[in-house]
Amino acid sequence: MQINVTKKKYSRKAMRESVSMGMLAIPGVVLLLIFNYAPMFGIVIAFKKYEPLKGIWKSKWIGLDNFKFFFTSQDAVRTIRNTMCYNIAWIILGTICAVGLALMFYSLKSRRALKFYNTVVLIPKFLSAVILAFLAEIFLHYRYGVINQFLSALGLKTVDWYAAPNAWPFILTIVHLWASVGMSSVIYYASLMGLDEGLLEAAKLDGANKIQQIWHVMLPHLIPIIIIQTILSIGHLFSGDFGLFYQVPKDQGMLYPTTDIINTYTFRALKSGNLARSGAVGLAQSAAGFVTVVVTNAIVKKISPENSLF
Amino acid sequence: MSKSKKEKTGQLILNGVFILMAIVYIVPFIMVISVSFTEETTLYQTGYSLIPQKVDTLAYELVFKNPGQMIRAYIVTSIFTLTATLLSTLVMALLAYPLARPNFIWRNQLNFLVYFTMLFSGGMVPSYLLITNVLHLNDTIWVYILPGLVSAYNVMIIRTNYRSIPDELIEAAKIDGAKELYISFKIMIPLAKPGLASVAFLFLVAKWNDWMTSLLYIRNPNLYSLQYLLQRLLREIDYLKNAAGVGSLDASTQPPTETLRFAMALVAAGPVLIIFPFFQKYFTKGMTLGGVKG
Repeated sequence: MQINVTKKKYSRKAMRESVSMGMLAIPGVVLLLIFNYAPMFGIVIAFKKYEPLKGIWKSKWIGLDNFKFFFTSQDAVRTIRNTMCYNIAWIILGTICAVGLALMFYSLKSRRALKFYNTVVLIPKFLSAVILAFLAEIFLHYRYGVINQFLSALGLKTVDWYAAPNAWPFILTIVHLWASVGMSSVIYYASLMGLDEGLLEAAKLDGANKIQQIWHVMLPHLIPIIIIQTILSIGHLFSGDFGLFYQVPKDQGMLYPTTDIINTYTFRALKSGNLARSGAVGLAQSAAGFVTVVVTNAIVKKISPENSLF
Repeated sequence: MSKSKKEKTGQLILNGVFILMAIVYIVPFIMVISVSFTEETTLYQTGYSLIPQKVDTLAYELVFKNPGQMIRAYIVTSIFTLTATLLSTLVMALLAYPLARPNFIWRNQLNFLVYFTMLFSGGMVPSYLLITNVLHLNDTIWVYILPGLVSAYNVMIIRTNYRSIPDELIEAAKIDGAKELYISFKIMIPLAKPGLASVAFLFLVAKWNDWMTSLLYIRNPNLYSLQYLLQRLLREIDYLKNAAGVGSLDASTQPPTETLRFAMALVAAGPVLIIFPFFQKYFTKGMTLGGVKG
């Protein structure tokens, strides 16, 4: 009797085919190894007192000092709070606006009008954060801005918006929603396109008005995708849109109490030469991100396996 | 009220709301155009307004008198955007091929290698050190192109597209003696074209709008990306004056700075804004491709 030592034995043909298929993947794999995997070893910098002349490997180990420095500072409270609060608020508001817009698109009869409005709300997706910041400034500029023009026309006191941290949660929320609602409504609109028209007709025959149709037919149809999208966004609870938070408040120190998020903080630490500290915060963020993504994905997999990432 | 009439008023209200929304989206752009054509001193009195009180083209004359830096940024950005988009699409299309084939024996390992990059990253600092101290890509055009060529999410989208291609097609090609490279270029890539086009277009937009790479890695102004140049022009008045060559103007005449900023922004961002909406369908398709699963 012959005993098979190898766990699995592939035929010579399968092996040869796999090798030639694998060859095609080599450029991609090499790029992933260099630009995604090699930096993972660099995280040791978070545990070192980094000296540029010595390099990462020869610098002294200092344990968790870099983490302690950050987590015991005011910055930690501020950046973590800001990152989480903006994310939570934007998940809720963003979903409401996107679903609302999708329902509006769905209710529109004219195809031409639909196409026009749809193009208009998607424009911001083609804009860089630099342009977004510039457009925001048209409204917020202290002397020439539209808002202050209105305020002074009404005889009210004008506000120096770039020095008024309390206003920024609202400003950033408006800019974010303006820029993203068109894109996020696409997925809900696509889902509504798959709605069984017969259900709507039946509801109409039963005398359901528009509100009742939305509430009893369209929304229930959207609920699963809303849940999935929400859970997936919670996976990114600890990271924010660097472009928006760096460009739109124009990196004004006065505004940091309400505009500084973990991503802008690590960037500034890197820029000012605090590489080890920046690396420590970045690592903590990556680790937290890993946990939230894995957990949220596990939940999605339970509810709706076809929507999970892995 | 009859039913059809009720429906008509409903549509009317809906269109009204949409038109208000469209105004909110379009007005900022009209303002940019309008302010850029306003005479500078009038602007000091009226502020930014929707209709120019006094039309003046001095800002544009300044922009086009000394367009060297803007043109260079356009060229640099075009080169790296096109190169990176082509390379990225090609590399990802090839990487996704074995992932989509059931008879590839290292499929799980390769899958994991790609997926893991979605879950964990070393963060900004280790990448920064790798790019500047090890690979020395800073201050070269390659820093715009090479990092981030492979995105796990896009690879998965392409792979999902490949999977919808019937196996028989590939088997038939094999019987005819086709090699894997031939199959991927002559069968898979052409058939997955719509998906590939969406992925490529999303990538292209992101590259065109890149300012962060310059911010982190580029010191040489000749290599600034368009968006980074724009950021500096918009934020720093002195940089703006220098770029437009207004510093050397007669000191007695006040050089326009406000209107110049608007003109610069329009020249830098305008052309693309006009082109992009025509490609919108790839954009929305990219969003709804979905079904990304391991």
